[in-house]
Amino acid sequence: MAKHEKSLGEIFSNGILKQNPTFVQFLGMCPTLAVTKTVESALGMGAGVIFVLVMSNLVISLIRKYVPREVRIPIYIVVIASLVTVLEMFMNAFVPDLAAQLGTFLALIVVNCLILGRAEAFASKNGPVKSMVDGLGMALGFTGGITLIALFREALGKGSITVWGELSFQLIPDNFQISILVESAGAFLVFAILVATINKIRFNREERNEVA
Amino acid sequence: MELIAIAFGAIFVNNVVLKQFYGLCPFLGVSTKKSSALSMGMAVTFVITLSTMIAYAIYFTVLIPNEIEYLSTIVFILVIASFVQIVEMFLKKFSPPIYSALGVYLPLITTNCAVLGVAIDTTVNSGRIFNLAEGVIPSFGQVTIYALGISIGYALVIFLFSAIREEMDAYPIKRNWQGIPIALMTAFIMAMIFIGFGGVV
Repeated sequence: MAKHEKSLGEIFSNGILKQNPTFVQFLGMCPTLAVTKTVESALGMGAGVIFVLVMSNLVISLIRKYVPREVRIPIYIVVIASLVTVLEMFMNAFVPDLAAQLGTFLALIVVNCLILGRAEAFASKNGPVKSMVDGLGMALGFTGGITLIALFREALGKGSITVWGELSFQLIPDNFQISILVESAGAFLVFAILVATINKIRFNREERNEVA
Repeated sequence: MELIAIAFGAIFVNNVVLKQFYGLCPFLGVSTKKSSALSMGMAVTFVITLSTMIAYAIYFTVLIPNEIEYLSTIVFILVIASFVQIVEMFLKKFSPPIYSALGVYLPLITTNCAVLGVAIDTTVNSGRIFNLAEGVIPSFGQVTIYALGISIGYALVIFLFSAIREEMDAYPIKRNWQGIPIALMTAFIMAMIFIGFGGVV
């Protein structure tokens, strides 16, 4: 950061790949495991996080010069909680089924460490445009991460993937489904295997770079 | 009898970490040593039980009569944050030994989603949690026992988990499985064991 200013593209891709919140930073683990039973709820959660994170980064970077350092965390929490309340009311009004599926975890976006973490680490130090791009990149990285987990869980556990009740793909015949994956316990298993696999790919690449 | 069923269900069947996925960050982060896991468990038990009682009182005496229950998320997070702050100040002043044991964990608890999650579940979603008819208010006893059960379940699982992880340190683990992945795998096996409690209640 000291030598050259990061371009918007770098900030954007940083959140999606290098600093992926789900697989590299392990932020916001609770929703990662809880809402990945179906692809639909993972996408819904992702959309919620995109809205809250982009807006909270924008608001916080706009007010960053007027917020005293000592009380910044409570102020950030109030900003985030207000945005989550807006999101809750919006989702309950327009997509009540999805809101019911996400349940308490919709409100729990308030305490998702990803959002407070980005407010503290990025939005409180950078301008509004950069902060919004950072928020969008991080939130898309999060959405991609949880959707990947949900894809494996729903495809292998239920045998088919259903999105918005209309699009449905049958992938595995009824007798070969691994039903433990759609149970709570299966979330840990799928996430563990995915993280270990991604670590393996990362370490292999690092080794190759060192040799070269 | 009903209260015993609620307590048992909250501790084992609907275990807060393994079934409901609340409070995973401290579960995976703090639980590397038995002593710190025990302190964290005690701090969480204290905060969850009391903040749920406060949230119950506020929701059913202030928010519902004034028809502003949509503000519950903001109100609860503010109540929890200030409650944790007060507990911290109180312990610092009157009980330095407890403060030195729990002090570091208290600020972390504000962002522990188990606290906010249980507060919301016992108020906004109380019908689903306690199987109540529409419009029936859960009793104070039910809510307190549920919150106590949830936090005991949390303390129990985080302590068992830290004991397993301490033992695991002695064995070589492949580099790409070290840390979070092996912890998740351990949690998977524990969650499978806890499924066995499902038929009891």
